[in-house]
Amino acid sequence: MKFRNLNFGLESNSKIKSYLPQGLTLFVIVFIIGFFAFNAQDNMANRGIEFGFGFWGQEASFDIQFSLIEYDGSHSYGRAYLVGLLNTILVSVVGIFFATILGVVVGISRLSPNYLISKFAEVYIEIFRNIPLLLQIFFWYFAALRALPLPKDAINFFDISYLTVKGWFIPRFIWSNFSIIFYSVVAASIASIIIYTYAKKQQEQTGKRIPAFWISSGLITLLPLLAFFIGGVTLDFEYPVLIQQTSTIFNFRGGIGIIPELIALALALSLYTATFIAECVRAGIMGVNRGQKEAAASIGLTPAQVLRLVVMPQALRIIIPPTTNQYLNLPKNSSLAAAIAYPDLVLVFAGTAMMQTGRAIEIVSITMLTYLTLSILISMFMNWYNKKIAIKEK
Amino acid sequence: MIGKSVIFKPNRENLNLYIILGGAFFIIGLLDVILNSLLKANITSFLPLNLSFFTPIFFGLIGLHLIRIEFSGNKILDSINKNINSNWFNAFLTLLVIFILIKIIPGLLNWLFFDADFVGTAKEECSREGACWIFVYVWFERFIYGLYPNEEIWRINFVFLTLIISTILLAYSPDRLKKYFLIFLLISPFFLWKLILSGGNFGLEWVETNAWGGLSLTFIISIFALLFCFPIGTFLALGRRSSYPVIRYSCIGFIEFWRGVPLITVLFMASVMFPMFLPSGTFIDKLIRVIVAITLFESAYMAEVVRGGLQALPKGQYDAAKSLGMGYWRMNFLVIMPQAIKLVIPGIANTFLALVKDTPLILVVGLLELVGMIDMAKTNPKWLGFAAEGYVFAGFVFWIICYSMSRYSQKLERRFKTDR
Repeated sequence: MKFRNLNFGLESNSKIKSYLPQGLTLFVIVFIIGFFAFNAQDNMANRGIEFGFGFWGQEASFDIQFSLIEYDGSHSYGRAYLVGLLNTILVSVVGIFFATILGVVVGISRLSPNYLISKFAEVYIEIFRNIPLLLQIFFWYFAALRALPLPKDAINFFDISYLTVKGWFIPRFIWSNFSIIFYSVVAASIASIIIYTYAKKQQEQTGKRIPAFWISSGLITLLPLLAFFIGGVTLDFEYPVLIQQTSTIFNFRGGIGIIPELIALALALSLYTATFIAECVRAGIMGVNRGQKEAAASIGLTPAQVLRLVVMPQALRIIIPPTTNQYLNLPKNSSLAAAIAYPDLVLVFAGTAMMQTGRAIEIVSITMLTYLTLSILISMFMNWYNKKIAIKEK
Repeated sequence: MIGKSVIFKPNRENLNLYIILGGAFFIIGLLDVILNSLLKANITSFLPLNLSFFTPIFFGLIGLHLIRIEFSGNKILDSINKNINSNWFNAFLTLLVIFILIKIIPGLLNWLFFDADFVGTAKEECSREGACWIFVYVWFERFIYGLYPNEEIWRINFVFLTLIISTILLAYSPDRLKKYFLIFLLISPFFLWKLILSGGNFGLEWVETNAWGGLSLTFIISIFALLFCFPIGTFLALGRRSSYPVIRYSCIGFIEFWRGVPLITVLFMASVMFPMFLPSGTFIDKLIRVIVAITLFESAYMAEVVRGGLQALPKGQYDAAKSLGMGYWRMNFLVIMPQAIKLVIPGIANTFLALVKDTPLILVVGLLELVGMIDMAKTNPKWLGFAAEGYVFAGFVFWIICYSMSRYSQKLERRFKTDR
């Protein structure tokens, strides 16, 4: 009897033990949220504002300096939000692209047997990694790009592209029947994927190797070319031209003008993030067992083949997870754009739109949710990729 | 007689000849670049097209090829060949690095030192050929102390001296006393903030936190955020591995929320949204709100770092601790944590570094630390056009701080490395 009691007591005791802390946590969380919600309601009632997203469709009546889609002051706040979001995505994609290329090159250089190259890479990494990103953005924007010449005496690249203090002007492509080119590229890509899978299958089954790389790269260049000549596609260039606006002020017209804010931001983001990616790449390559390289060399692979077929597939598994973090950081860091007035999501929406509508809670929450969604999307993609290249245990 | 094949295949028999020939070619290439970049004289301008642009690389490659002799017996030559000249590609990279350095370094040194102006009190004393360090010199106090009143600056100095001296005492005191210094160091920042920096008592003038700024504000924010984000992060990491679902999921939600949003929106939240959440009439100082926001933000990152360490520990450690009769807290804080934290020292250091590098962001909510002060100084009508000097100075200061921190963490890592 006594024994049973004891056992019973222990059991109920452990149940209390597990419910008590959980209940307490839940209570504290609910209490804090309730407290904040109550105060927010109280404060908004005092100021005579009502919680709601009615402002979303109202006319924004402010201009945005740089936009990928058609926008002017007569559009809605919702449209302005979209403009900001697209600008954020643009600078993130550009930044990730260049940071990855630079990071991989620097990471490999860091391991180069060439003493000068590896020291050069190390110095670059140590300098750019240890200086705050905001400072780097400011440096490029306020010090480096401001030192560029005025449009009147722009730095000229073969008369088609001009670099000035007002931005970088490049020619605009004007296509007609562009869709044919687009479809041909899609068709070529699909065809080369099929060829790759077929070649792999053939090699696994019969040991015969099909030059899939050459065939598919031929397809991808030839098919669009063919479409270009047969499909009646024309391509014109609209070059930027220097125009005298007043007696002393010159500017470029036509072409595409890349604003200096975008250049400074993309430059700083890629130079900064590349240092971290380079360290990931270095750690990944160093993490591959030495014996793997020696074994690969001993069966007669060339150094390039060793890197491509043996080292890289294994190194990628070590490189991907930390690099994912960098890819997540870059779009978040791109929000520093607000400090140099690049019209990204934070500047357009959490800045100008919030000032005009005064709806702090709604707008800050929407902004945060947007970044959360972006982060989740990127990490979902990278997790999928990581799973794809992970070791498939048999 | 030197046959054709001999010239293209350097060998050991004519070692000295090849060294002289190769060296000569290499020096011609080098001379071309040096004359080009320093004296603006182009010795190969007689060549057609843009060929003269490539001559240094061409001469250098020939020179390096001529001295690429394996097992020459000459130690210096062997080490050169092994390290920077092992094949055509490496020789090309070597030349590229050397030429880029020749192009960049002299101009940089001229701007930084030789053409720069160091002494003076006014903008007019700058020649503007190089950097104008007078700008930094004149604004130095503002860069370090922000808008803190000039006659009260000793208070900031006093606070940081107290902290530095007690840290040194902590490091070099006998083990018996270490505990007390550590407790002092953990508690004193709060008193120093309230009594000395803010003032208002003991005849000290009240100084608004709005006036705080410059590098000292960077340190103040970093110190407080560091003090809090480590314990909060540790508890979050434990919570994320808790067996209680409510605690686990709330910790996961908390961590992932802060990790998913940029710091700038967090700062906006702290400065414009948070006051709406307080009972009307209550007011929390903006600096405190910002420090709390940064702390919560960084503690989420800290939690993930600590969790990495917890996951790396073998299960046997938990079992061993439990078999000794330890409870949850004693097991975690006496057995698990000391080992886990040792494992993740680099990660912790990186989080601290990120924290220090993130502080300049507070300028978006109107607090001006070092970068913010430089931003203010460069828009001063009397001192327009000195942005580069200011940013180079700030970059140098931050670089020193961050680089020495990362070096220190590497030292710690080596010191705590025990064989497992």
